[in-house]
This record gives sequence, C-alpha cells and structure tokens, in this order.
Amino acid sequence: MSTQLTTPTDRGSAETLARGKGEPEWLVALRGEAAELAGTLPWPKPEKVRIERWNLTAVGGYETPASASSLGDLPADVQELIAEGTENLLVQHNSGVVWKQLSAELAAKGVIFTDLETACKEHGDLVQQYLFQAVKKDEDKLTALHAALWNGGVFVYVPKNVEVELPLQAVLFNDKAEATFAPHVLIVADSNSRVSYVDTVVSDKGSINGEFVHPSVVEVFVKPGALVRFGSVHSLGEKGVDLTLRRAIVENDGRVEWVIGDLNDGHTLSDTKSIMQGQGSTSEVKVISVGKNAQQMSLTTQAVHFGKSSDSNMITRAVMKDSASAIINGITKIEHGATKANGVQTEKVLMLSPKARGDANPILLIDEDDVTAGHAASVGQVNPEQVYYLMSRGISRQDAERLIIYGFLAPVVSEISVEAVRTQLQRLLERKLEG
Amino acid sequence: MATQFVIDGLKAEIEGKEILKGINLEIKGGEIHAIMGPNGTGKSTLASALMGHPKYEVTAGSASLNGEDLLEMEVDERARAGLFLAMQYPSEIPGVTNSDFLRSAINARREEGNEISLIKFIRQMEGKMKELEMNPEFAHRYLNEGFSGGEKKRNEILQMLLLDPKIVVLDEIDSGLDIDALRIVANGVNAMRSEERGFLIITHYQRLLNYITPDFVHVMMQGRIVKSGGPELAQRLENEGYDWVKEELGITDETVGQA
Ligand SMILES: Nc1ncnc2c1ncn2[C@@H]1O[C@H](COP(=O)(O)OP(=O)(O)OP(=O)(O)O)[C@@H](O)[C@H]1O
Ligand SMILES: [Mg+2]
Repeated sequence: MSTQLTTPTDRGSAETLARGKGEPEWLVALRGEAAELAGTLPWPKPEKVRIERWNLTAVGGYETPASASSLGDLPADVQELIAEGTENLLVQHNSGVVWKQLSAELAAKGVIFTDLETACKEHGDLVQQYLFQAVKKDEDKLTALHAALWNGGVFVYVPKNVEVELPLQAVLFNDKAEATFAPHVLIVADSNSRVSYVDTVVSDKGSINGEFVHPSVVEVFVKPGALVRFGSVHSLGEKGVDLTLRRAIVENDGRVEWVIGDLNDGHTLSDTKSIMQGQGSTSEVKVISVGKNAQQMSLTTQAVHFGKSSDSNMITRAVMKDSASAIINGITKIEHGATKANGVQTEKVLMLSPKARGDANPILLIDEDDVTAGHAASVGQVNPEQVYYLMSRGISRQDAERLIIYGFLAPVVSEISVEAVRTQLQRLLERKLEG
Repeated sequence: MATQFVIDGLKAEIEGKEILKGINLEIKGGEIHAIMGPNGTGKSTLASALMGHPKYEVTAGSASLNGEDLLEMEVDERARAGLFLAMQYPSEIPGVTNSDFLRSAINARREEGNEISLIKFIRQMEGKMKELEMNPEFAHRYLNEGFSGGEKKRNEILQMLLLDPKIVVLDEIDSGLDIDALRIVANGVNAMRSEERGFLIITHYQRLLNYITPDFVHVMMQGRIVKSGGPELAQRLENEGYDWVKEELGITDETVGQA
C-alpha cells in the first residue's frame, strides 16, 4: 500500500494559487474554506466499493496552460474528437483551457460559452449564484478538494427563450500525471431555453505514465421550461482515478437528459443525479460502461423528486470483462408532497467472464402515496439461444457475440448527438471490448 | 451438383432424454417434403438437431448435405453450407437492427474484403421486403423485438429469401399468420422453388399445403417417421385426424414420452 497524505492541499496554498491566477476575492475565499474543509471531511462512502484503497490524493500541481494557436497544435487523438466545422468548442489541456470559440450568432443572442475560470472573472455575479449550489463544497472530502483545486472548466449560460440548436462541445484532456486536472462544468439554461452540451474527458494514453486523480464536478441548472441535453464520454488512462459527480436541479416543466459513457481504464466513481425541484420537471439518465482488467467502478444514478407530476427514467448498462468489478446503484427518491410523480429505473449487467463482478442495486425510497415507481435489474451472461439464432444464419460465434454485446449497449450509444463523439465512443467501445 | 440431403438413422436426446429415435429421410433438390404429426412428437427436435442447437445431443446417425457431414460442423458452418431453419420460436435480439443483422449474415457468406456494398444490400433487402409486403420500418427495428407472431414468421422468410439456402426447413411457418400473410409467405416459398433447393416443411395444417404442394408427406410420432405418402396423406389427416394412423400402428400415446 502506498502511504497517503490525508489532504493534498491546505488553505494557504489554495489561496496563494488562486490569487496568483488573478481570481476574484470571493473565489479565493471559497477555495481557502474548501481546502480547510478538505482536511477534516471524510471521503464519500459508496456502497460496497472501498475507494479509500484507491490512490485518491495524486491530484498533482497546477500547470499554467499554454494556449493553442490553432487546432492543429492539439494532439491528433484530440483533433479526431472535434465535430467537423464546429464553431462552438472549448478544449482543456491539463490544468487550464487552451482553446475556446463561440459562434458570433450565439454570442449575439447572449449565449456565454467560456472556461469557468474566465467566467468567474467576467461574469462573477452570475456565476456566484450557481457555483457549488447543486454540489456543495462541504459535502465530503471529494467536493471540498474539488472546490479548492478545480481549474479550467466550462461555463455555459443560455438566456431566456434562446434555443441553441447545435451542440456545444468540450474536450478535456490530460497528458501529464503531475498536473492537476480538475475541470468543473457549470451549465445554466434560463427559462424556456434549450441547449445540448457534449464533452469528452480523455487521457493522451501514450504520454501519461504516473498515477493521477481526476476530481470533477458537473452542475446543471434547468430553469422553468428549459431543456438541457448533456452528453459525456470519459476515457481516462489506466493509472487515473476518475471521481465525477454530476448534478442537475430542474425547475417547473424543465427537462434534463444525461447520456454518459464511463469508459475509463482505471478506477471510477461516477454519480449522476437529477433533482426535480419543480412541478412537471423531468429527467432521463442513460449510462453505459465497460469494465476491463482489474478495474473497479461505482456507478450511481439518482433521481430525487420534489415536484408534483415530476418524471424520471434511469438506465445503466454495463459489460464486465476479466476481473473487473462494478457496483451499480440506482436510487429513486420521491419526497412527501411529490404527488403524481413517476420514477423508473433499470440496471443491466452483461458478464463476459466468470471472474468479473457486477452488482445491480435498485433502491426506491418513497415518502408519498400517490406516485408510481418501478425498477428492473438483471445480471446475466450472453444468452446462448441468441448466439444460436445468429449462428444459424451463418454468423460466426465471435461475430454473434459481438452483435449481442453492442446491441446491449446500443440504446445509449445511439443517443449521443455529436457524430464525432459517437464515432469516438464506438471506437473506445471496440478498444475496450476487443483489445 | 444437384442438391442432396440425407438423414440416416438420426437419434438425438435432450437433457438425457431420447427424443429422436432413428429418423431416415432423403430430400433432393426440387423436392418439397412436409412433416406432420401431433404435438410433442419430435418435429422441432429434428429441426433443431439438424441445425445444431446446443441443447440437443445427437447420439447416432448422420446427416449430410451434398456429401458433406453436417453433424461435424458448427452451427454457423451448417448455415454457410446451405442449411436454413425458419424457427418455430425465433429469438429476439435487442439493440441489433434487422438490417445490421441481415447484412452480417450475408457478409458471413462472402470473403473478407468482398463485403456487399451498402447500396446493393439495401436494394436487395428492400426488394424482398416489398415482395413480402413488409413495412420498410422493420429494417430498422431491433431483431424480432416486439414483433408480433406473424411478423416474426415473415421476417424468417425474409432471411430465407436473402440467404439463398440449399435446404430449407420451415418449422410451423404458418402458425400465427393471418390468411393474407399465409398467401404472401407461400408465394415467397414458391418463388424459391428450384432444382437446386429442397424443402422440409413442418406444419399442422393442410391450409399451408394448399398453397405449397408437397411431393411427399411424412407423419411423425414417438420420435420416428411412422408413415409417408403423397399430398393425399395430408388431406386425409386434415379430414380424419391421427387416430387411424395410431390404430394402424397400434399406438395409444403418440408423444415421445412413452416409447
Ligand atoms: N428441455 C427438455 N427437457 C425434456 N423434454 C423436452 C425438452 N425439450 C423438449 N422436450 C420434449 O421433447 C418432445 C418433443 O418436442 P418437440 O418440440 O420436438 O415437439 P414438436 O413435435 O415440435 O411439437 P409441436 O407440434 O407442439 O411443436 C416433447 O415431449 C417435449 O416436451
Ligand atoms: Mg414444434
């Protein structure tokens, strides 16, 4: 076992770093408090996964980003991810954002799409209303550590009634284990607006050697009648630990749709939660994952219903190979007063190896009578009847199994709206499933 | 070479229970054979054993297609050798579209690097779907998932039309079909009749045989073919049932349970 520092930062160094970057005083103070909290709060304790055994403290140090002068400066793997001809793109490299662009058309409509560090300086009042309001900095050591250290990041603001048709895209990548890589994504969709956002979080696997941690947080605020589509694919290297919390607060008649591909090669804690605050608010979460080698994962989806007639649907599908293990939690919570709420969830695990482990834990917590809720969970192997049927048409066993496995994941894959990201997801899936 | 399919002394068991007790049958290209027989007499078992279903173990006998020993082959090799089985209960495969599946099946018969072009495939598939009066949306649906009983059967016939097999086994292709669909499916089969292709049609009803006239009719009981004849045999079974056959043979229970 490696010896671990209890906390990789402290108030003094967090504040000094923030001041050095010219951050506003409120943010300097926030980081200082968070660093102090990180020293005392415990790590989160997900069901049946002992994350304390992971190397959680390898957060590295801040690395001043060097802006890219053209997209051609980025690694080829990153360039491949970028939607062709996109005008709305942001790229984070290790500790900071190195590329950002927003179409003139969207800027004219008042849309903000920039890195969160810049947003804190230029739109401080707006950002302060939301930053660390969905995910609080004092929840546990992870949220505190993230609040103290976060860098680069993404800020999206869509004004009232504005519809952003094309997806906004971010690529967040690291290629140096020693550099802190802790993006924070903050999305605010004002009343009756619409926006799609897609990101890819990747390691340049050829150049990264040491252990690192990626503590990241996503906060989404969906104002009345607004719609946010959020897509994200994570493919961090084997030596990385991905700790990602995603949370949305959805107001009256708002809707959030999450599509998540957890395809890291290393240990992963992924927790995606929608809080349906408003009446008629709705949420859909779709998560896929492939576990390989000795990877450990904790994959959680959560729906919390406060609003009357709120509706949630959560789907997680995981394919487990080798001796990988995944604990998959689905938590539907319906609060008292959320009458006519409806919450359903499905967790399915396909086991490809006898040494793999996959647990599906559906949990319904219901404090209101006048609701409907449902869950389905299954853990199984590739169905031999299905293999037989495909083979009876001349398809080889290997291809038959492939078709069935991809078919198992298809309902989520097909939902990724940016073609470049979908293609990349396919490629990552192939690499993990067949490599 | 004209197609020749020979089953000789085939015995098969499932979970240690012998179901097929020595089947002999020869089908030549151009011939249509029908197998009839009460429920639970081993008709589907024969079809599954020929195709190589993993649950069935062949314990004796042989089956060869144009001199090639089928029983030595894996399921996919049997299919590529020219055997096609339209199943009584086709599997549902979520997430795999019908068209992706069909294209994989066609390409499995072609050399690597010589895959069918997408355009050509779509043209072929759409043409055959039209013949079967299938809604084009079925190309994009997940394979058999949520298909009605009749839609599944029509989809089996679509596969038969696209895969150009040498020996076709249809296991109750008529069950679940409405009257129009029965005619459409029968037309599909008749369009496939050729000197190179033989058919084995398992059915309970004369109805299908009104559309597809068989050359030979066989009756199966207790895991054996107990009687064979021409189309008039099917007619008589339709009119009189199986009692007279049982009487002739001195059988009381026709299922495989009591041998
Ligand atoms: N897994 C099994 N274990 C035991 N017996 C089985 C098993 N599967 C099939 N059988 C038996 O084998 C016998 C033959 O079944 P088969 O499906 O071949 O009948 P069939 O002639 O096709 O009937 P039907 O007309 O109803 O389709 C039946 O008695 C059936 O119960
Ligand atoms: Mg049968």
